[in-house]
Amino acid sequence: MTSRDTEQFAPLARRDDEPVFDEPWQAEALGLAFSLAERGVYSPAEWSQTLGSEHRGLLGGGAADTPETYYEAVVKALERLLWEKGPISAEVLEDRVSNWRQAYLNTPHGQPVRLDAAQHDAEK
Amino acid sequence: MSEHENKSAGEVHHELHSHLPPEPALRVKAMESLLVEKGMLDTDTVDAWIEVYAEKVGPKSGARIVAKAWVDPAFREQLLENGTQAVKELDDAGWAVAHLKVIENTPHLHNLVVCTLCSCYPHAILGPPPNWYKMAAYRSRAVRDPRGVLDEFGVRLADDIELLVWDSTSELRYLVLPERPGGTEGWDEEKLASIVTRNSMIGTQRDLSLDEGAS
Repeated sequence: MTSRDTEQFAPLARRDDEPVFDEPWQAEALGLAFSLAERGVYSPAEWSQTLGSEHRGLLGGGAADTPETYYEAVVKALERLLWEKGPISAEVLEDRVSNWRQAYLNTPHGQPVRLDAAQHDAEK
Repeated sequence: MSEHENKSAGEVHHELHSHLPPEPALRVKAMESLLVEKGMLDTDTVDAWIEVYAEKVGPKSGARIVAKAWVDPAFREQLLENGTQAVKELDDAGWAVAHLKVIENTPHLHNLVVCTLCSCYPHAILGPPPNWYKMAAYRSRAVRDPRGVLDEFGVRLADDIELLVWDSTSELRYLVLPERPGGTEGWDEEKLASIVTRNSMIGTQRDLSLDEGAS
């Protein structure tokens, strides 16, 4: 074992008492992934293969070995499976992402954000 | 608008975006809202998953299974023989259990669980996995250098103790049945369950401390 390995690994044990989810969206992403598998949109095996492959891809591309990267892989795996299985194309997804972004920007802080708020900007 | 005039463009830009969720959060929201519209998803299902697995289950379910195996030899035998069936009879656990294999630590054997592919884990009885379980550092080193990994977690494994590493898949998940510590004679299941830690059921802890259940 090299000292570099040890340095990389040592924080793992210290991570033990960390909260499982740093951000609510991480829980939502996993909840979404499991709900869709339970519904049969894809199989648990397809899910783990895709998640593993996206995670390896990010790490191979130089992403840090952190929970953030793991959850980024979760989101990418979801997007890929939904696209491969047909229900949501990349274009439709990108449109919806920008609509939500616009809805947040158009909604005053503290008020509930609704998707139709994205239209306000377009109507101006 | 006037209060903005004295601020730099950067400050104004920052304020505008201060409550904009991070990009992955927007993407999750986008997928969820599209799936709900298509009738492929019920938001309640996702909320229920989060509530059950993140907040309610935790490792307590697994700890109850371990404690029962310690006091009930027939259950222990059934658990080791067919973990899926034994757990199903004990508890109404969801699909996340998949097929469950329970592996028993003995004075001469220690078991360590990993998922080298992604993060397969018996969610239904242990809750969501800890962050380190998902890190590539753990997933690769648990196989290449398991004794080194255990050492990092403070487990000094004597050379004469055999170490088995179990690689989980989406179809087969593992639960380590740790050894019942001495000094717990006469304890009831509830008190026994209180000393069973999550890590001991993954294998990154070997000796259980009596402190938790002493109260």
